[in-house]
Amino acid sequence: MHLHKYEKIWLLFGIGSLVVFLLVLGYGAFWQGTHPQSHGITIDPNNIESNEAFKPENLGLTQVEEDKYILNIAASAFYYDLGKDEDGNAVRHIRVPKGSTVLFQVASKDVVHGFNVAGTNVNMMVEPGYISSLETVMKNPGTYTIVCNEYCGIGHHMMYATLEVYE
Amino acid sequence: MELAKKNIDEQSLGQLTIQKTESKLYMSYITVAFVALLIGGLMGLLQVFVRSGRFTLPFGIDYYQVLTVHGVILGLVLTTYFIIGFHFSLMGKTVGISTKQRKLAWLAFWIMVIGTVLTATAILLGQASVLYTFYAPLQAHPAFYIGLAMVIIGSWIAGFVNWRQLYVWKKAHPREKSPLLAFMVTINTLLWFIATLGVAAAVLIQFIPWSLGYAETINVLVSRTLFWYFGHPLVYFWLLPAYMAWYAIIPKIIGGKLFSDSLARMSFVLFLFFSIPVGFHHQLTEPGIDPTWKFIQVALTFMVVIPSLMTAFSMFATFEITGRRKGFKGLFGWFKHLPWKDVRFLAPFIGMLAFIPGGAGGIINASHQMNAVVHNTIWVTGHFHLTVATTVMLTFFGISYWLIPHLRGRTLTPKLNRLGIIQAIIWTVGMTIMSGAMHIEGLLGAPRRSSYSEYGGGEQVSEWIGYQLAQAIGGTILFIGIILMVYIFIKLTFFAPKGDEEFPIAEEEPDAEQTPAFFENWKLWIGITVALILFAYTIPFVDIIQNSPPGSVPFDWPIGR
Repeated sequence: MHLHKYEKIWLLFGIGSLVVFLLVLGYGAFWQGTHPQSHGITIDPNNIESNEAFKPENLGLTQVEEDKYILNIAASAFYYDLGKDEDGNAVRHIRVPKGSTVLFQVASKDVVHGFNVAGTNVNMMVEPGYISSLETVMKNPGTYTIVCNEYCGIGHHMMYATLEVYE
Repeated sequence: MELAKKNIDEQSLGQLTIQKTESKLYMSYITVAFVALLIGGLMGLLQVFVRSGRFTLPFGIDYYQVLTVHGVILGLVLTTYFIIGFHFSLMGKTVGISTKQRKLAWLAFWIMVIGTVLTATAILLGQASVLYTFYAPLQAHPAFYIGLAMVIIGSWIAGFVNWRQLYVWKKAHPREKSPLLAFMVTINTLLWFIATLGVAAAVLIQFIPWSLGYAETINVLVSRTLFWYFGHPLVYFWLLPAYMAWYAIIPKIIGGKLFSDSLARMSFVLFLFFSIPVGFHHQLTEPGIDPTWKFIQVALTFMVVIPSLMTAFSMFATFEITGRRKGFKGLFGWFKHLPWKDVRFLAPFIGMLAFIPGGAGGIINASHQMNAVVHNTIWVTGHFHLTVATTVMLTFFGISYWLIPHLRGRTLTPKLNRLGIIQAIIWTVGMTIMSGAMHIEGLLGAPRRSSYSEYGGGEQVSEWIGYQLAQAIGGTILFIGIILMVYIFIKLTFFAPKGDEEFPIAEEEPDAEQTPAFFENWKLWIGITVALILFAYTIPFVDIIQNSPPGSVPFDWPIGR
């Protein structure tokens, strides 16, 4: 099979760029730990409360250290359960100080959901039977909308909350 | 006399005459595709209207029902029917079809039609608003899954007939290489068969028993993995027919020759290898799959860059060689003198251009960790409206302008050609606005597959809605393009003047190098494909099953059942 000289150059350049590109991705993933979330931790989809993190009293934001938080969320059609405040009202708005490290842990009670802190890399599929988790540093102040970005039924677009990163 | 002479010319090139009985079959497939285009396009129009926030659906129709129709009818019905019709036309032209094969092809058609009607009924009755990906544990009416299975089974029969057609031809032409287009059709049907095994397994083993109540629970991650084992090669099943036209038909339309028979075959073989064992890049943000295996499949995904670069080179080399041979001078003289006023060339050419940003966007989507920036945002919707709805669709339109009149014994008149050019321009403008707005809105974090929502009225969200207005404008322009295309289709089918439209198939250069015989070694190609699939899937799949959580019971109330 004959390859034209220019085609050889073209393919060599293309394949070379591809190799460099994959090395960059691989370096980021394996050495800097930027893999997409993949913990494989399972949970009983019919009873997520059997897991400590998803007991009703443990839902919502918990400070574990100075600058370190855990946010546990129970997702169900069409609602993110972020726990209750002191008055017993459902929490719809989460506030964390700028620069804090937040571990997001989400589990579904029913169907597949999405969990995206819009405009950030906190973007996970939430599937029944698995705990989705991702730890990140909230560096940029602002109010972010948390949206369900996987279709979960007729009320899918009503499934949201907000996250505020304050100075 | 004229006709007889033409037939002899064609036969000396190894081309056959398509009989009336055959063209009826091919046109049936293509007609379903155009009906689907009209219905699916109308649904798309309704969606962009709803998402603009200025319009609500009448009669209590649900947005997600409309979205399900749009995805199923355009992504699965239009594409599959058009492609099978095109495949059969190419096989009929290059290797011929026997009466028995034709009857089986009709059987395939009717199984697919019955399946389509079953699925459509379930969706229209509001019993299957699960979108075209039908992710478990959302549960649709069993008719939805059974209908889909019938569409797949019908398409298999069509593919088996194609293989048989080539086999019979090879028997009659020992030691001859198979016609290039027949080779390409065989690759694409092979790709389709291997890919649909995954979704067929999910539907037949998991979904149908579960939706009928014979199985209490379903393994969600297994069903998703089987779906995406199919879902990615599905896009190559759409793309390869466009490549068939680019490699083997466009050169003839512009008055040139085939660039290289063996390179074209090589790139198709590479697409077969690297389109299937890579479905994980659709599942990168899922919790239950090992990240190392995700990365391995990402690396395999990117191998399709190689045949894509080969294709880009071949296209532009053909354009330049043809132009220079015609005597056009200067660095870009050949480019200036391409047949811009011939819609059979212009529409696919715009499709090629759209594939440059489309392909680049695809690279971003599949980039392991970078995927988190765009996953399930409306960027993705923008991406596949650029690739399948522009690159593939404009090429399919480009094919229709000569294929339909050829099959119907009519001609593409200068007036219809002009209308076609206007159609291609409308499509380009509409899609640039709509897809562009989707890409930007997605980067700002807006989700795909969502009805209009202000999400409690955040600042971020008000920014999104502006882009949704732009999408409504782009979508409206596109719908005008669809109306025009359907009008052209009706004209070409029923009203264009009788005549003899050319079936353009490019020939090789008289001094072209011989195509190596190993390209006909199907056992080798299938063997390598299977080996790659086993390599990419065995370990992670066993891992998924071994570490499975308890299964999921069905949920039908979230979809309004």
